[in-house]
Amino acid sequence: MNSMWAVMLATLVKDIRLEWRSKDALNSMLFFSLLVVVIFVFSFDPLAEESRHIVGGLVWIAFLFAAVVALNQTWARELRNQVLDAYRVSPAPANALFLAKALGNFIFVSVLEALMTPLFVIFYNLHVLGPAWQLIPIALLGTWALVVNGTFFAAMSLRTRSREIMLPLLLFPISIPAVLGMVAGTTAVLTGENSAHFYIVLLLTYDVVFTTACLALFETILHAE
Amino acid sequence: MKRLFPILSVLTAILLAYALYLALGKGTPTDALQGDVYRIIYYHVPSAWTAFLLFFINFGASVQYLARAKASRQAAAKWIVIAVGVVGTIAAFVPRVQQQLTSYGMRPSAMATTVLMIVALYFLVGWLFPGDRLDVLAVTTAEVGVVFCTIVLVTGPIWARPVWGIWWAPGDIRLTSTLVLWLIYVSYLVLRRFSNSAQTQMLAAALAVFGALDVPLVYFSIWFFRTQHPQPVIGGGGSMDPRMLHVLLINWMAFLCFAFLVCWSRFRLELLQREVEEAHAMESLAGADAASRASLPLSRSSK
Amino acid sequence: MSATTSTITVRNVIKQFGRFAALRGVSAEFDAGRFHAILGDNGAGKTTLLRALAGLAQPTQGPVSIFGKSPQEACREIGYMAHPSLLYDEMSGMENLRYFARLYGIDGDGRCEEAIRAVGLDPELTRGVGQYSQGMRQRMSLARAILHDPRVLLLDEPFSNVDAHSAREMVGLLKGMRDAGKTIFVVTHQALLLEGSADEFVWMQAGQIVDRTATVARAHEGVQ
Repeated sequence: MNSMWAVMLATLVKDIRLEWRSKDALNSMLFFSLLVVVIFVFSFDPLAEESRHIVGGLVWIAFLFAAVVALNQTWARELRNQVLDAYRVSPAPANALFLAKALGNFIFVSVLEALMTPLFVIFYNLHVLGPAWQLIPIALLGTWALVVNGTFFAAMSLRTRSREIMLPLLLFPISIPAVLGMVAGTTAVLTGENSAHFYIVLLLTYDVVFTTACLALFETILHAE
Repeated sequence: MKRLFPILSVLTAILLAYALYLALGKGTPTDALQGDVYRIIYYHVPSAWTAFLLFFINFGASVQYLARAKASRQAAAKWIVIAVGVVGTIAAFVPRVQQQLTSYGMRPSAMATTVLMIVALYFLVGWLFPGDRLDVLAVTTAEVGVVFCTIVLVTGPIWARPVWGIWWAPGDIRLTSTLVLWLIYVSYLVLRRFSNSAQTQMLAAALAVFGALDVPLVYFSIWFFRTQHPQPVIGGGGSMDPRMLHVLLINWMAFLCFAFLVCWSRFRLELLQREVEEAHAMESLAGADAASRASLPLSRSSK
Repeated sequence: MSATTSTITVRNVIKQFGRFAALRGVSAEFDAGRFHAILGDNGAGKTTLLRALAGLAQPTQGPVSIFGKSPQEACREIGYMAHPSLLYDEMSGMENLRYFARLYGIDGDGRCEEAIRAVGLDPELTRGVGQYSQGMRQRMSLARAILHDPRVLLLDEPFSNVDAHSAREMVGLLKGMRDAGKTIFVVTHQALLLEGSADEFVWMQAGQIVDRTATVARAHEGVQ
């Protein structure tokens, strides 16, 4: 167990360091997120009353797009120079690698969300009518839901042609209940018309089920030739 | 086996024709509210049940395929399925669960039977399809299942439009769950086609497991969404005229026979294709033997 | 041929990629502490054999035994190096090795510095490995492979595109390791480079081992 956390931490730190050094991926992702928000603003004319009902959906679609672009990069550095082989040959547990990558993606996507949210608030003149604190568990659980499966399917797509399209193709159908939970929950909190309680439980269940599934099956995926 | 197929085909054709005849009018009354349009139910519902059955078989085959890789995993899977069966059967008779079931119009014995059949089906699949045949079964049921699922998704809106005035209701739990199931299995088939790994079968099996875990979550998420945002229910609930139920079941039998025949053909085709691949592979294995026996000189190239 | 704890054994190993059979029944026993060179034309199956020994390619059939264990079980005792560097271009040598040391449960910089010095490089170099010359990169990759002091070294084309000086240095290094008791397998096209250093030359053709000689000259050919 000791080595699992040590390896996971070492991998996470290494990834963050690498990401920080070559800031181009980070910068282009940030700019992309901004563009997505702007496109939405032009597509959906934000009158304050109506917008509260649809912004939940818009925000999460924007997050989803940003997440997919980020997720496609998950294994890019390991593919170059076949570093993944070095990992496979070592005694390091596969799940340590998975968790490190998933956490790294989680942090990265959360940063993007943190950037995009104020923009949405500004452009759509949002203020929250329901219990705003509930947005935090929704955001955390929802992001994890996207990221955990996204990291897994990104690893699956390594063995396919058209890698970049394979990831969203596999991810979107499976993510539907999570997306429903995120969107409905966010809308419930923004409009204050319903309770988001069930959706938070739904997201939690989703996260537990799929994190377990990913951890159970990742080793098989990693060692697929 | 070879002679059985044409015989079954003829029988199935007769059954399908009879079912169609019943569905179109002679055996059943016209629905009081919907007129003749409702008859599409005789295609919509049996297709759905058939698709779900096929996808369930795929799930069972995928789990078994994944479990086979390690003996410990296989034992674990076996005990989990048995546990699910025992718990599910007992739970059906627990008072609180019973209450929930009756609110859905289901009897506890129905749930218990369903659970037991699920367990039986799982072991049956493992027994009847040893080794790599599990994967062939998985491919077959996925493909045929997608076809039937497509029929459900096409007939649903066709039915809804004249009767309820809308093509689609996002909160309709059954249709939307079916849509997600369809999406998952289409992505499954795409993965199989696009994968260039030696372990494609493992990857696909993993995806099938993910899909199966997803479906109940889809169902509950939409179910709750609907309680907050009431939506029209396409397909209607409520009881059915016994004559209609009778025709529905006959249609389902006919569809099952048809699905069975199609699966059988596809299964055989896939087996044959794999045998051809094996033969080619064996050839290339043997081919080199002949070459090396001729002991060609090895060129010593140095860069 | 029984799998003992002092040999590396492959028994009738077959590896198929769809219709193509890369290994067509390879059987051999390799003694510990020897330096084996694996030679052959492109497509002979050398890389596949090496990857099977490393546990990266699962044989379609046939057991691979490294000192009595499967490659996965023996992973601590295996060091693997291939033509791609298996290193992160954006990190320096020390940073790379520090990370890989963690994968093996090795703490502290000591081993990393030792390994880098052993291959004749400077641990203080802060340049990213991507900016090294090919020779330096291969040497750093070798440092990564020997970091955890493995008993077996599996090297796939370590000398290709490497300058002659670096190549000779690497061969000398490998010879030293063989003398220290390690078992070494090198897949290469440059057989002559290993003349006098390797204990054995294993010749492969069309997915099989066709000859094992003590020198680069193949005895039955009677040529030079």
